[in-house]
Amino acid sequence: MSDLAKVLIVDDDPNILMSLEFLMRKSGYSVYIARNGTEALELLASNTPDIALLDIMMPDVDGYEICKHVKETEELKKCKIVFISAKTKESDIQKGYDTGADLYITKPFSTKYVVSKVKELLEET
Amino acid sequence: MSNLVVILSAFAYLLLLFGVAYFAEFLAKKGKSIINNGYVYALSMAVFCTAWTYYGSVGKATDDGVMFLSIYIGPTIMAFFMIPVLGKIIRITKYQRINSIADFISTRYGKNFTIGIVVTIICIIGVIPYISLQLKAITSSFEIIVNKNPGGNIFLENSTLIITLILALFIILFGTRSVDATEKHEGLVAAIAFETIIKLVAFICAGIFVTYGIFNGFEDIFTRAAKHENLNKLFEIDAEKSSYSSWFTMMFISMMAVIFLPRQFQVSVVENIKEAHLKKATWLFPLYLFLINIFVLPIAFGGILIFGNNSLDADTFVLALPLHFGQDLLGLFIFIGGFSAATSMIILETIAISTMLSNNIIMPVFIRNNLFKKTIDQSFSKVILYVRRISIVLILVFAFLYEKNVAQHFSLVSLGLISFAAVTQFAPSILGGIYWKGATKNGALVGLIAGFTIWFYTLVVPSLANSGVINFSIIENGLFGFSWLKPNALFGLEGFDSITHSVIWSMFFNIFFYIVISVNDKPNAQELYQAEIFVNIYKHAKKDNQGVWKGVAFIPDLNALLENFLGAKRSKNLLQSYAQRNKIPIDAVKEADPRLVDFSEKILAGVIGSASARIMVRSITKEEEISIDGVLKILYESQQLIQLNKELRKKSSELTKATNALTKVNEQLKMIDISKDEFLYTVTHELRTPLTSIRALSEIVHDNPDMEEEQRMEFMSTIVKETERLSHLITQVLNLEKYENGKQRLNLNSFNIIDLAKEASDSLKHLAGNKDIEIQLIYPNSSLLIHADEDLLRQVILNLLSNAIKFSTKSNKIVLRIVDEQDEIGISIEDFGKGIPSAELPFIFDKFFQAHNQTLKKPQGSGLGLAICKKIIEMHNGKIWAESVEGKGSVFRFLIPNFGARKSEQ
Repeated sequence: MSDLAKVLIVDDDPNILMSLEFLMRKSGYSVYIARNGTEALELLASNTPDIALLDIMMPDVDGYEICKHVKETEELKKCKIVFISAKTKESDIQKGYDTGADLYITKPFSTKYVVSKVKELLEET
Repeated sequence: MSNLVVILSAFAYLLLLFGVAYFAEFLAKKGKSIINNGYVYALSMAVFCTAWTYYGSVGKATDDGVMFLSIYIGPTIMAFFMIPVLGKIIRITKYQRINSIADFISTRYGKNFTIGIVVTIICIIGVIPYISLQLKAITSSFEIIVNKNPGGNIFLENSTLIITLILALFIILFGTRSVDATEKHEGLVAAIAFETIIKLVAFICAGIFVTYGIFNGFEDIFTRAAKHENLNKLFEIDAEKSSYSSWFTMMFISMMAVIFLPRQFQVSVVENIKEAHLKKATWLFPLYLFLINIFVLPIAFGGILIFGNNSLDADTFVLALPLHFGQDLLGLFIFIGGFSAATSMIILETIAISTMLSNNIIMPVFIRNNLFKKTIDQSFSKVILYVRRISIVLILVFAFLYEKNVAQHFSLVSLGLISFAAVTQFAPSILGGIYWKGATKNGALVGLIAGFTIWFYTLVVPSLANSGVINFSIIENGLFGFSWLKPNALFGLEGFDSITHSVIWSMFFNIFFYIVISVNDKPNAQELYQAEIFVNIYKHAKKDNQGVWKGVAFIPDLNALLENFLGAKRSKNLLQSYAQRNKIPIDAVKEADPRLVDFSEKILAGVIGSASARIMVRSITKEEEISIDGVLKILYESQQLIQLNKELRKKSSELTKATNALTKVNEQLKMIDISKDEFLYTVTHELRTPLTSIRALSEIVHDNPDMEEEQRMEFMSTIVKETERLSHLITQVLNLEKYENGKQRLNLNSFNIIDLAKEASDSLKHLAGNKDIEIQLIYPNSSLLIHADEDLLRQVILNLLSNAIKFSTKSNKIVLRIVDEQDEIGISIEDFGKGIPSAELPFIFDKFFQAHNQTLKKPQGSGLGLAICKKIIEMHNGKIWAESVEGKGSVFRFLIPNFGARKSEQ
């Protein structure tokens, strides 16, 4: 890894966004944040993050849609997807993996776990 | 007038009668029935008026005054009962293919042979003299018109015989065309109707001649009669000669006779084509009776005024008056009128009785005789016709002989009334039979025999004694010398005329035995079944009843049986069309459908009577013994079927309703379950969000002691805020749960809603001020009392106001309006913000609606505020709703009923 790894964080809750941003920056990544799905898609149009931490329930475009977009876009193929969602139902988790997620983390999360998992995923590439 | 002219006229008239009958049959073959209308039907009923009426009424009027009317008043009264009583009898007769009154009674009482025989015998003994009477009338009128002394002319006497034989020929020709006695006799009935017109016209001609030709109208005759010493008393009802009891008896027996005389039953029941014709008869028949009686009194008075009191038999006045004044042609016409009255009666009475004689007495004997059955098996239908023809000749010959040898001893009228009294004996078993299910064969049989015996003993025996046929001492001293057995004063009953005396005792014993025996009897299965059919005919005659028939019959056998009576072609047609009509497979299976067997039996009944038909059908079937239980079961089934169907339909619709209700409840439960699940899930989801922030941020603060102070402070304050949000959410959820469970009790008290609104808007002033928003209050009076839960209402107003602030754009206003609407208080909160899309409007009061559907940035809130508001308003029996135009703003309104406050005000 020559350059700083690029991390996209998408969540409509400003406080969660704030905490994840802090954690990722602390880990030394380059961080992009989006407060909703639309912002996320705009960012993805001009940037190629190495990993995206996605909330699922958002009013405009939900996390699944963003994941699908990432997986279907040639330039973004290498981008890892991590869902961080308050949806805890087995069916929701399964749907997340089916859409192509590399990891599904339920809220509330352990900060240490999120940090270590993101690190692991980035090292795989 | 010359013998030859009179006799030729009579023969010419008979020839005309043949012509009319032929013409009617000719038309019928071409499909144009002239008897198929109410007028002909009513006219044929007028066969009730016989030669006795024609000649005898005048005689009776000269003796007893207006008493002669009684036998017409009876039938006129009966006209009122025609539709219910006669209508029912007709329906039964058609349904069961009954062909005579004997067949009717026998069919009602379990198709019993014996009772059919008894009825036939009563008819023969009771009514044949009546036929003789008509022959006598013909002979007498001959004698008068040719002006000869009674009994003095061999040629005349032979003429009566010849006329009798011609009538026999006529009856055979037009009465026995078909073996099926239920088939309509087109020609016969047409001829009868024709004859009733002739006799009416002729009698009225005689009346008009006497009244206006000899005298100067009614007034003239009555004035002269009133001056006449013997006539004036006729205007009054003579207490001795015509007591009220006599009047009553005459009316009663003539009421019965107009239905139960064999010829009346024949024309009004057997020959009836449509039940609807009865309607016309109910007024036309009484009208006929009225018309034919108008001139009775004038002729009677005229006769006495002209001829004096004792010189001439008053029965002959009708004919003698015109002849006396030299009106020979008119006299001839009047003679023909009387002739028509006599012949029409003879024809119908003979055909009716001959059917009974052949079907109820002769045929059963044949059919029961196996040897006979074998020898004539192939030509049964011919045998039946011959039997019937022979019966006709027998009856007429018997009547003729009776007239020659016995009838001289009776007067015209008394013979007629004796016949009436005889057929009145049928009244209990017929009328009881069609209305009382409990009537049984034994009851009817014993009643009939008892009634008939007394009739015979009290009316016939005295006549025989009077004429010297039997010892006269029976009248003087009673039978075997017992004075209480005197035929004219049975059981010591005296003071009535002989007919009344006879009717009282015969009816008493007839009805007594009928009822007492029926009540104590155990009827058999067939009787029970027939009783049900007769009494409830309107229920059964509509649909094809399956019949009480249990057993196995084969179609070829059935076919062969019918063929014997009806011929191959006709029986095949009948069976096939019936099978087709009722969708019974006839070729497919060899075993006959029970309905087919039942139908065949009915067809046969029309030919040989029901009792014989029963035996014939039984002979080709292997029948199971029908138990009473079986019959009751079948009856019960047929009776209950409609009721059952009704109940079933009702039950099924009830069931459907219940099922629907259940499905609805189930769906509701499912919905509640789903929404409960969903609610729980949403709640936990909503709890997770602040919890996530709290955990993440506190972990960060904990793990990073070296972080910047400013950032740490921000994180720490966010943690506090999120903790507050969490506890607010939990409170809201618990509140809503409480309201929904109904655990929350309203803490009702009266307070000023204006004050509450002011207080609420004041508390949010600061929040509104942040967005430069002004809250405007509009209210009617300074004080408006409301009876409600103050804390909960404050919660609602605060919630709606803060929502309004949340969704308002900057520098706008919010209008809080309070309206007093008599029984309700309305509050509305209007903002001029972005508004709510109309698609979402119906759902905004749902729990967590915004959590799922927020299109813009999620505002802070639990997502339960409006759901709680709605619950609170509903707890106050009020109503809450929102109106909105997207881009222009929203109005939230609620109404709360306010009866309580008004009451407390007063």
